[in-house]
Amino acid sequence: MIVAAGPVIPNFGQGTSCEVNNGTFCVSWVEEHWHDTLWPALVQHIELALIAVAIGFVISFLLALAGLRYRLIDAPIGYWADFLYTIPSLALFQLLVPITGLTTLTVEIALVSYTLLVLYRNMVEGLRAVPPDVLEAARGAGFTRTQTFLQVELPLATPTIMAGVRIATVSTISIATVAAFVLPKGLGYPLFNALREDTFKTEIFAAGALAVALALAADGLLHLLERALTPWARRVRRA
Amino acid sequence: MTVVAAQFQPGTFVDAIRFIVDNFGMLFHLAVEQLELSFAAIGIALVIALPLGLWLGHKHRGLFFASSVANVGRALPSIVLIAFGVVFFGIGFWNNTAALVVLAIPPILTNAYFAIDSVDPDLVEAARGVGMTERQVVTQVELPVGLPLVIAGIRIATIFVIATATIASIAGGGGLGDVIVNQASYGLSGVVGASLYVSFLAFGAAALLGLLQRAVSPRPIPQD
Repeated sequence: MIVAAGPVIPNFGQGTSCEVNNGTFCVSWVEEHWHDTLWPALVQHIELALIAVAIGFVISFLLALAGLRYRLIDAPIGYWADFLYTIPSLALFQLLVPITGLTTLTVEIALVSYTLLVLYRNMVEGLRAVPPDVLEAARGAGFTRTQTFLQVELPLATPTIMAGVRIATVSTISIATVAAFVLPKGLGYPLFNALREDTFKTEIFAAGALAVALALAADGLLHLLERALTPWARRVRRA
Repeated sequence: MTVVAAQFQPGTFVDAIRFIVDNFGMLFHLAVEQLELSFAAIGIALVIALPLGLWLGHKHRGLFFASSVANVGRALPSIVLIAFGVVFFGIGFWNNTAALVVLAIPPILTNAYFAIDSVDPDLVEAARGVGMTERQVVTQVELPVGLPLVIAGIRIATIFVIATATIASIAGGGGLGDVIVNQASYGLSGVVGASLYVSFLAFGAAALLGLLQRAVSPRPIPQD
């Protein structure tokens, strides 16, 4: 719970006058606590998000292959992913606590659950959008089924799949801040502490800015990766 | 933090259901509180984002703006918004409402933009050809055609807002989050019970809007 008003004294009165008076942004605090607070939180945050997106990607990919092959299960998978997506993040973390405890596993299960909807949908849509003529041509050229998938379908679906990966990654980085409710990890943790310590502004702005910057940086990097994976897309555009 | 380290406790879910039954009145009161906050935020976001999205989509302008709003909006973590809300507005109704409005605007704005922008140009041309005013083109042609996508945006915004309104209790937002973040008073069964309750709430709201979306979607034309 947060109690507003009254003098703000983080660090029990230690620190610079800016820190003691809870100034808008105290560079001194950031310098002092970069190594023991902000940097570890940032690294943990990247780990949480990376693991979640990687596992989410593998699960969604397998589900997409199954959904494309057996049309009957496509809709149920979609509904299930959509159902998971509607559960409020804080509630999902807490609902898993009786099963997996206050662990990283709890956080990862929840984070993976939220990636499924966008990853699954984009994979299925991307792979389904490959024109039948193209598949016909590949078969005519003597491609096996596996070759067709790896060398024709997958590359053509890459832009749609990567769009899903970008959205899933940015959302996961965002939701991972909520993990601080069940696990003292990630950028949500310093934010959380700052809110409880009479709203210590510097820590809120520093950790908040890092979280947003991380999401935008990840989005930019994935955009570059997408361009590297689909060089033909640029060539066509230039022509 | 007063958190009891929990091992696998399937009995917790039974206790959680019992907690919901035993505290029906209190939970109902908190649910109403949370829905009030959520609807206020969605209402304000609709007033701001819907006309802007429709207008930009109608003019086919601001593609970069619309997609940037979506990208930046997605990158803003809910706790960061709530924490910034506390810094700028202090504790009260407005810090949380402001945070939730900021969160709800991107999906509504972006979907409204793309819904109208992607309406078949021939259809719009035809509407102008039969003498419709620009206003009539928007309200009688573009909006009905784009409505499913517009509602899809409102649905996503609602899911975000209800989820974040749960977290808002750490900044005095009230609602079911009050129970979820207070394990010291309610125990794990209370926390899990309130989590179940808020999940039903979110699922119910999403399902309602999903049905509405389906109701305004065109039926596939029969082949014969």
